[in-house]
Amino acid sequence: MEEPEQYAVANRQLTEPAVQQEAPTEPGAFVSPGESVFETKNVSIYYGSFRAVTDVSLSIHEHEITAFIGPSGCGKTTVLRTLNRMNDLVVGARVEGDVHYRGASLYAKDVSPIAVRRRIGMVFQKPNPFPKSIYDNAAYGPRINGERSKAKLDEIVERSLRQAALWDEVKDRLNKSALGLSGGQQQRLCIARTLSVEPDVVLMDEPCSALDPIATGAIEDLMQEIKSKYTIVIVTHNMQQATRVSDRTAFFSVLINEKSDTRTGVLVEYDRTAKLFQDPRDGRTKAYVTGRMG
Amino acid sequence: MAVSAGRQIVDLREPPSWRRTKNRIMTVLMVLAFVLVMVPLGFVLYTVIAKGASIISWQFLTGSIPPNVLPANVGGMGPAVVGTLEITALATVMAVPLGVLGAVYLNEYGGNKLLAKVIGFMSDVMTGVPSIVMGLFIFSIWVLHFGYSGLAGALALGCLMLPIVIRSTYEMLRLVPDSLREGSYALGASKARVTVTIVLPAAIGGIVSGALLAVARAAGETAPLLFTILTVTTVNRNVFSGANTSLPSQIFANASSPYVGAQARGWGAALTLIAIAFILMIVARFVTARFARYQR
Repeated sequence: MEEPEQYAVANRQLTEPAVQQEAPTEPGAFVSPGESVFETKNVSIYYGSFRAVTDVSLSIHEHEITAFIGPSGCGKTTVLRTLNRMNDLVVGARVEGDVHYRGASLYAKDVSPIAVRRRIGMVFQKPNPFPKSIYDNAAYGPRINGERSKAKLDEIVERSLRQAALWDEVKDRLNKSALGLSGGQQQRLCIARTLSVEPDVVLMDEPCSALDPIATGAIEDLMQEIKSKYTIVIVTHNMQQATRVSDRTAFFSVLINEKSDTRTGVLVEYDRTAKLFQDPRDGRTKAYVTGRMG
Repeated sequence: MAVSAGRQIVDLREPPSWRRTKNRIMTVLMVLAFVLVMVPLGFVLYTVIAKGASIISWQFLTGSIPPNVLPANVGGMGPAVVGTLEITALATVMAVPLGVLGAVYLNEYGGNKLLAKVIGFMSDVMTGVPSIVMGLFIFSIWVLHFGYSGLAGALALGCLMLPIVIRSTYEMLRLVPDSLREGSYALGASKARVTVTIVLPAAIGGIVSGALLAVARAAGETAPLLFTILTVTTVNRNVFSGANTSLPSQIFANASSPYVGAQARGWGAALTLIAIAFILMIVARFVTARFARYQR
C-alpha cells in the first residue's frame, strides 16, 4: 500500500495559494486538483452555540467511494449533511470554514441550496420512499426538474431502477405503493430515486443500517457498479463495510470537554482505506479499527 | 430450572392478588364510562328519529315552508335545505382553503417566527369564541352595512370553521415525517415544491376529513345565523343578497312555535340535519380511505 504518497500530494495542493479562475472574494480560495470533488478546510459545524464538529479538512475524490467511520456522536452524519447543505434545514445549524465543491464555495451567499442538492443527492439511513407508487417515486426527481414527457419519464424510471438493481423485482408492479416493498427494496428504490436525476455525487448516510446482510450485499455491489459514473460518500458504522466498499476512509472521533460536558467531533485520520485499517498513523484510529474502542 | 426428576412447570398465570381485582374494577369502570357516553347520544337519535321519521318524504325535503298553523302533512323544509346547503357550501369555499393555507404557513414556513406564534395562538383563541359572538361580529361589520344575506351567514360560519380547519390541518401536517421532506429536498426540490408534492398529498386524507368535520359542525350552527340571515320562509336561491333560511334556524323557529304541525316539521328538520351531518361523516371516511391507498 504505497498510496499515501498520492494522498500527500493532494493534501499539499490544498494548502497552495489561490491560483487562476477562482472567485477573488475568497481569501483562502484553493483550486481543486482535477479529480477532487469536495475540499473542506477547517470546517466547524454548530447547532446554535454548540459546536458539533470542529476543524475538518479533507478532500473527496471523483469516482471514488469515501467512507466516514467513527463512534456514535462523532459528527460523521453532520459532516455528510454539510456537503449538500441538508443542515440548512436544521434550525440553528451553522457552518464555519470553507467547503468547496468543484471549485465553488458551497456556503457562499449567492449559492442556492436547491441547485446544490440537484447535483449532490442523498440516501438516508432509514428508507424514506414517498407514499406514492413505485413509478412516481422514481419519476419524482425528473418531474420536479420539469420533465413532462411520458416516454422520457418511462425511460428514466427504467434506467434508474435498473441501476439500483431493482427493475426485475418491480417492473410488473410499478403502480403499486412503494411502501409495500421490503426494507431492502425500499432502500434501493430510494437509491434509484437519487440516481434518477443523474447527480454528480451521491451521499449515503448509513444506507444499510436497517437492512439484512443480503440486502446490504446488494447495495454494496450496486455502489461498486455505479462508482464509475458517480462519486460516493458513505457514512457507516460497520467497519467491514468500509473496508469492503471504500477507496478512502475518514475516521472521526469524539473530543469530550469535561468542563462543559459537551462532545465535539473531530477528524482524526483520513487516508486510503487499506492504509488506514492496516497501518494507521494515529493511536486512536488504531484502537478503533482493532476494536479496542468505540 | 432443574433438569432432574419431574420437570417443574412454570406458572405464567397472573397472581391472584389485589392487582387482578384492580384490573377488573377498572375494566368495568371503563365500560360504564363508554355506556354513559353513549346514553345521551342514543336518546337524542331515538327521539329525533321517533318524532321526525314519519314526516320525512321527498315532498318534505323540497316543499315550501307553510304557515305555522297548518298541520304536519302540509308543506316541508325545502327553503331551509337549500339555504343550509348553499350557506354551508359558501362558508366551506371561504374557510377551508384559507385554513389549509394558514396551517401550511404555521407548520412549514412559520417555524419559530413571532408571526407564526401569534397566528397559532389567535387561532386557538378563535376556537373558543362563542358562536353567537361570531354572529354578532358579522352583524356589526357586515349586516349593518350590506343587509341580511346568505353570504353574511356564510361569513359567520366561515369564521367558526376557520380555527377548526387550521388546527386539524396543522396536526395532520405535523404527522408527516420529516424524512419525507428531506427525501424531497435531497432531490433539489424547493420548499413550495416539497409542500405541494409531498407534504400535502401525504396529509390530504386527514386534511379532508378534518375539513368535513368542520363543515358538519358549521352546518348545525344556529346562533351565528340568527343575526346574519334573518330566518325567512321563502326560498332564496341567491346566496349573496336577501334574507335566507337554514335548517337550524328553522328548527329554532318551529320549536318555539305553539302549533303541533310546526313542531312536527321542526323534528323533521332536525332529522334532516342529522342525516346531512351523517352523510358528511361517511364521505369523510371514504375520502380518508381513498387517499390512504398508498400509505400501506
